[in-house]
Amino acid sequence: MKTGFSVFVAAFVAFGASWLGLVYGPLKQLGVAKETTVLQLGDKWPVQRTGAATLGLQVYRGNGCAACHTEQVHQTGAANVISITDLGSHKSSDLKDFITSLMVVPELMNCSNAITGNLAGWNGELPKVLYCGAQDTVVSLLGDKLKAVGVKTEPRVIATGTDIARGWGTRQSVAADYLYDSPVQLGNLRAGPDLATIGIRAPDLNWQLQHLYAPRSVVKDSTMPAFRYLFTVQKIGTLPAPDALVLPKDFAPADGYEVVPTPAAKELAAYLVSLKNNAPLYEAPFTPITAAK
Amino acid sequence: MNPTENKTICSSEIDVSCRVPLLALFGGAALWLVLGLALGIAAMLSFHKPDMFADCPVLNYGHAQAAANDLLLYGFVIPAALGVILWIFARLSQSPLALPIVPVVAANLWHVGVLVGTISILLGYSTGHPWLEYPRGASVLLFTAFLLVAVSAVATMGFRLNRELYPSHWFLFAALLWFVWSYGTANLFLVCNHPPRGVVQAVIDWWLTNNLLFVWLALAGVGIAFYFLPKIAGKPLASSGYALFGFFTLVFFGAWVGIPSGAPVPAWLPTVSAFAALLSIIPVFALGIIARKTVWGANVTCFGGPFCFIRFGMLSFVAANLLYLGEFCPRASRVLDFTWFNVGVTQWQLLGFAGMILCGAIYEILPRVMNKELPFTKLAKLNFFLFAGGTLLFVIPLLIGGVEQGMKLRDAAVPFADASAVALKFLRISTTGQLLVLLGALCLLLNILVMTIQWKLGLVKCVIAAVTAPLKTSEVKS
Repeated sequence: MKTGFSVFVAAFVAFGASWLGLVYGPLKQLGVAKETTVLQLGDKWPVQRTGAATLGLQVYRGNGCAACHTEQVHQTGAANVISITDLGSHKSSDLKDFITSLMVVPELMNCSNAITGNLAGWNGELPKVLYCGAQDTVVSLLGDKLKAVGVKTEPRVIATGTDIARGWGTRQSVAADYLYDSPVQLGNLRAGPDLATIGIRAPDLNWQLQHLYAPRSVVKDSTMPAFRYLFTVQKIGTLPAPDALVLPKDFAPADGYEVVPTPAAKELAAYLVSLKNNAPLYEAPFTPITAAK
Repeated sequence: MNPTENKTICSSEIDVSCRVPLLALFGGAALWLVLGLALGIAAMLSFHKPDMFADCPVLNYGHAQAAANDLLLYGFVIPAALGVILWIFARLSQSPLALPIVPVVAANLWHVGVLVGTISILLGYSTGHPWLEYPRGASVLLFTAFLLVAVSAVATMGFRLNRELYPSHWFLFAALLWFVWSYGTANLFLVCNHPPRGVVQAVIDWWLTNNLLFVWLALAGVGIAFYFLPKIAGKPLASSGYALFGFFTLVFFGAWVGIPSGAPVPAWLPTVSAFAALLSIIPVFALGIIARKTVWGANVTCFGGPFCFIRFGMLSFVAANLLYLGEFCPRASRVLDFTWFNVGVTQWQLLGFAGMILCGAIYEILPRVMNKELPFTKLAKLNFFLFAGGTLLFVIPLLIGGVEQGMKLRDAAVPFADASAVALKFLRISTTGQLLVLLGALCLLLNILVMTIQWKLGLVKCVIAAVTAPLKTSEVKS
């Protein structure tokens, strides 16, 4: 290299391209994002947090909760599901024979084993999942055929994947979910469970507070450190404090003392309860159970 | 240009001009390394005994882990690399350091910044963005200090006698440029009053993390290795042309990696990163092969000396970065995402690659700069074995544990608590490794500290000798 100038220019172009692609591009695409709407209902999404929960995000940030918890649900795919919700005037055994007879239809032949397998050992319990797979034609065809004989069915779209199977959410997390978070706390280690829907799984503020004070008092083999410094242990006055924790004996303080959450602990609990990424969106669709009823 | 020709008559003059800035940078770096490793061990204790710091907010895992990580990167790796860069630029230019007072001021600013940042994180004032946790005050100090050092380094480079550039020049100059650019960008967008809305914050943070832990470490570490390896082996670099190829592929592909494949962002971002990661395998192998070919057949007896450090560092460079790039493969990421694997890879990059090369470089540079032998040469050799063994013992259990944890996490039939419990036994082994690395870091600190004290005592002695010397008769007024 006689001159370093060409090397410098090339490096500058390389860095500039990366900056344009991974900083400027996302800023233009996502940085101006606005609220989106929930499918079918048309409600605004995401929902603005309450004041306490907004403060709680800062407690979450300050204590580095994201070092062990993620706030992002992954899904590996989606499936079309059809289940029988009402037998009408038919008996389950007759219906089984009827559905088995449908398997000669060309569209259903590929998945006949799966459907007959689902029906094996069925004694008429409802709802009964008939088919769960990728093909929506199977779902619509089965629905039409069964509707013609007066059997009610319910078609649904569900997300699939380990996180969904663990009950950590009904769909994957998408960019729209984090619109009101600052800082966005996605996390990159699951030393503890994912928290994207902890507000649905554990909506009780008192449970959250007790879990923060003494994790093993509610989850037996939890590895979470206790956050006792977010609480004050004080002598019980003439009346016990209204927000004192009700703790099991092994975890309770000495007699005559009570555990009272600090404002920070209450805000953190409010934030955790506010984490509910469960609305069906255009980019992450699913059929909510409540909507179909 | 062959760096072996550098030993000109004025090389001692060059070394002396670097003495004070380098002592300031290396001394602080070694201190932060020891503190960072100690904090890292304190953080891991929470996994061995969950309620250990239940009443001590300062040392809880979320605080201590972030502070420890930042101490390793911002406290140790970057200032140590800056010191080595200054010296290499001065040597390559065959001229004394330009503006030697500037890096001294900068080193002190930098260390104050790290101190402020660390205390802020421990007290709960972290920004919440991984690898960018230092709040505004601290990051402004770091940015200013880096700029100042870069000014001195680039000025020294400008004074070079031989106008031709050596491969280390490209790598180290690009490292100076890219840190200012990426760290400045990330701070401007994320550590300000009006950060961008939503998940862009995470995208910018991933971009910065990749640019620091992969691109910057590679540029600085390989640039330093490409200076020392030919010198130690007594052969020219094999070859400059290949090095240019490795450099270009690294900056063009490497800077696009970083967005994890399952991230809740538009799909084009992780896809681009996955392709970039695939292509980045090229520079990782190319640079590794160049280093291998350069020292191939060279008869270097090395028992824990600088050559050992740098050789281990280059091996780690290839191994750790291949694992790092593997994480961006969508198939692998389904298992490895959110496990301890990522933690292990990062520590390998920081300690096994960058830390090793920097320690080797410091042990090579210090005796020249101070113009005397290291006070504890045996400790320096012990440092190598503690670092090498400790890093592997620290990192490999995390990698294996991460894979096992990932397999269990992936299987919805396995309860979550079981998946976490699998990792715990590996964490216990890895903490032992961490302790060994800490002992190694103490060897480094002791060497630098004693050397600094000896030098300062020497200065004091000089002054006392000058003051107490009997006056010459000619100076006495009659």
